[in-house]
Order: sequence, then C-alpha cells, then structure tokens
Amino acid sequence: MSSSSPAAALDAENLTCIRDDRTLFSDLSFRVESGQALVVSGRNGSGKTTLLRTLSGMRMPDEGNIRWCGDDIYRLGSDYNACTAYVGHRDGSKLDLTPLENLAFVRSLGDPNPDLQPAQALATVDLAGFEDVATRNLSAGQQRRLALARLLITRAPLWILDEPFTSLDTHGIAIVEELAHNHLVNGGMLVVTSHHMVNLDSTAVIHLNLSA
Amino acid sequence: MSTAPLSHAFLILFKRDLTLAYRKRAEIVNPLLFFVLVTAMFPLGIGADPAQLRDIGPGIIWVAALLAALLSLETIFRSDFEDGSLEQLLLCPHPLSILMLAKVAAHWVTTGLPLLLVAPLLAVLLDLPEEARSTLLITLALGTPVLSLVGTIGVALTVGLRRGGMILSLLVLPLYVPVLIFAASAVTTAGAGLPVSAHLFLLTALLALAVSLSPAATAAALRISLS
Repeated sequence: MSSSSPAAALDAENLTCIRDDRTLFSDLSFRVESGQALVVSGRNGSGKTTLLRTLSGMRMPDEGNIRWCGDDIYRLGSDYNACTAYVGHRDGSKLDLTPLENLAFVRSLGDPNPDLQPAQALATVDLAGFEDVATRNLSAGQQRRLALARLLITRAPLWILDEPFTSLDTHGIAIVEELAHNHLVNGGMLVVTSHHMVNLDSTAVIHLNLSA
Repeated sequence: MSTAPLSHAFLILFKRDLTLAYRKRAEIVNPLLFFVLVTAMFPLGIGADPAQLRDIGPGIIWVAALLAALLSLETIFRSDFEDGSLEQLLLCPHPLSILMLAKVAAHWVTTGLPLLLVAPLLAVLLDLPEEARSTLLITLALGTPVLSLVGTIGVALTVGLRRGGMILSLLVLPLYVPVLIFAASAVTTAGAGLPVSAHLFLLTALLALAVSLSPAATAAALRISLS
C-alpha cells in the first residue's frame, strides 16, 4: 500500500469512548482522506489522547467503527499497523541506545522507506552529529525530534501525533511543520492534537473540537 | 507492503534487548547475587552438618532460584513501559506474541542462564551428591524458562499499576508451585540414586506448554493493560 493510493482514507463512524464511567465523546464521525490533516483540539481531559490511541488501534472504541480504506482496522490488524506511525506523549525511544540504533530498530520492524536511511532521517530533524551519543544524553527537545524522525523511516501513510510540539523550540516546531506539510503534499494523512496553532495549508485541514 | 519476516522480527528484538541488558550490566547481577547469597546463608543459619544440607539442598537451591526469578521479573517490561517503546511494539506490524517470545527469551538469557552457570558451585557448597548435580542443572535448564514465561503473563497484567509488585507475586507464585515440586523432588530423587525421567518429562511438558501458550496470553494481557 503506497501513500499515494487514491482510495486511502480513514473513516471514523459514530465513535464513543467512555473512561471511568465518564463519556469523553460520543457519536463522533469524520473522514480523513489522502493529503488531509485532522487537527484535534479541546480542553485538558476532553479525550484527545484517548481518541488518538483509539485511532491507532491500541484501544477499542466503546461504540462505533474505524475503517481504513473501507476495512475495519481490527480486522486488518498488523496490515493497519504497517500503515500508521504513532508518536505519543512518551517518545518510545530506548535511552540506552544511540539515536541511530533506535531508528534502525524501528526501520527493521516496520515497512522501511527505501529512499531514506536512518542517518539521513536524523539529518532531516537536525540531529546530524548526534548519531553515536546515547539517547539519554540528548536534551528533551532533541529526544522529541528523534521520536519524530521515526515517522520518516517507514512508509506509513497515516501519522498519528499526540502533542508533537512538546518541548520543541521554534526551530524544532518549524522543522516538524515542514515534515507534516511535505507528508500531506505527498498524499499522506495526519491526525494531530496540539495546543500550539498548527501552521498547515488551511484547505487540507479538518478541525475537530472535542470540547465543543 | 514489505515488512520483515517473523523470524527476523524475533531476532531484531532479541538482539536489541541483549544490547540493552549489556549496557545496564549492573541490573543483571542483582538476581544472580540474590541467588548466591540466599543459598550461601543457609549453611550459616542451620549449621554445617553435611547430611542435613544434602537433604534440604535441592529445596534451598530451587526456592532461591524461584525467588531470584520473581525478583527479576518486573524489569522485563518496566523500562519499555516508562519510555513508551512498549506502545510502539504493540503498534508494530508483527504478531505481538512473537515479539513477546523474543523479549522473554532475551530476559531468560540475561537472568535465568546466569543462575544455571553458578548452580554447580552452589551444589558443591551444599554438598549435593555427584548424581544429583547433573539433574539439578537439567531441572534448572527446563524449569527457569517456565518461570520466565509464566511470570511474564503476570507482569503484562500488572505493568500499568503503580504498586504491582505484591499483586504480581500473588498472581505468579501459585503457578510456580508445580515447577518447584517436580524440580526439587527430581534432584532429591536423583540424589537417592533413583531414576528421574518421569520428573524430567513432566518438566519438559510444562516447558512445552509454557512456550506455546504463554506468549499469546502475554500479548492479550498487554493489550488490556495498555488500552
């Protein structure tokens, strides 16, 4: 499945999520197509992270379906996982490995992007020169950029990003926005939560406010 | 789609965990030290009567091995859970049970195998008869992987809890009892010069059962814990 496939779309149908007897959101439907970004906003505790974890397949929705290219994501299983890249609150990098080893590990388990080697991905997020430093010794912002470099080394068309701008400086934010922009231009899809205004081409952006 | 084949995924994760263990060598030593110290304290506590030690030696070594395994269990997922890489494993396009098997295998190599290597010394320390020593090694080789495999299910269930240690022991210890009974009695029986093949077959059966069922159970438990 390549990222330019015209039929690629993520459909959410009547999603309901209940957490600790509290309904976070109910009857939520949306469609994200190739080249589009879904920007999820809402107050703290409004269910943004839960929605993203549900879309990634980690958590079952309490009601409703999620479809990828028309098929239920739980039926697709690992085929769906190969199409998504998730960066959550926690970076998901091993602190005792070097950035290069971390990326090589993700690359070898995923659907590798043949055009980009781990070292190039590091250079893209401005981490060139840090290939052989233990990840533990990088700053919080650098660790965040390493986590985002993971998006580039597999060919996953759907990026699911939970607060990607946390601990990034303005330069880092610009880098990530450019990555997201290029991804959308190349026919990728993006689901993102952020308190920071996401600078993306407005025609491609769908806004979803969970507090509304 | 061109993801790596299964055996490849197993090896990649196995190698990653061994690399990580090598970089945190101090953590590997903990269960090993516990095993040696507990066993070495017994002769000091109950007196150095060789006949008495020979009688209770198999039990002591096995109980110490079991507790050492329990002690090391929590480390299998803790750092992966804290840094978020456990979520990433859950979302990577490979069967979670194969990845779990790789994690348990790496965990056993770094925590179970060292016990096996020092056990001959402890057998001498407790004056186990010559015939019982090889049986001790065989039971440890068959039994400690079962401890790791079964324990991992419990860890997967309690990984999200803040104080999971107590619940983990309560969950896992009853499941460890069959291994303890058959393994310790095999060593005692061997010391008496009797055949032990029945015990060893039973342990092998437990191992086969654990290898085939535990990864799937661990994967299911992990999905619940992380959802």
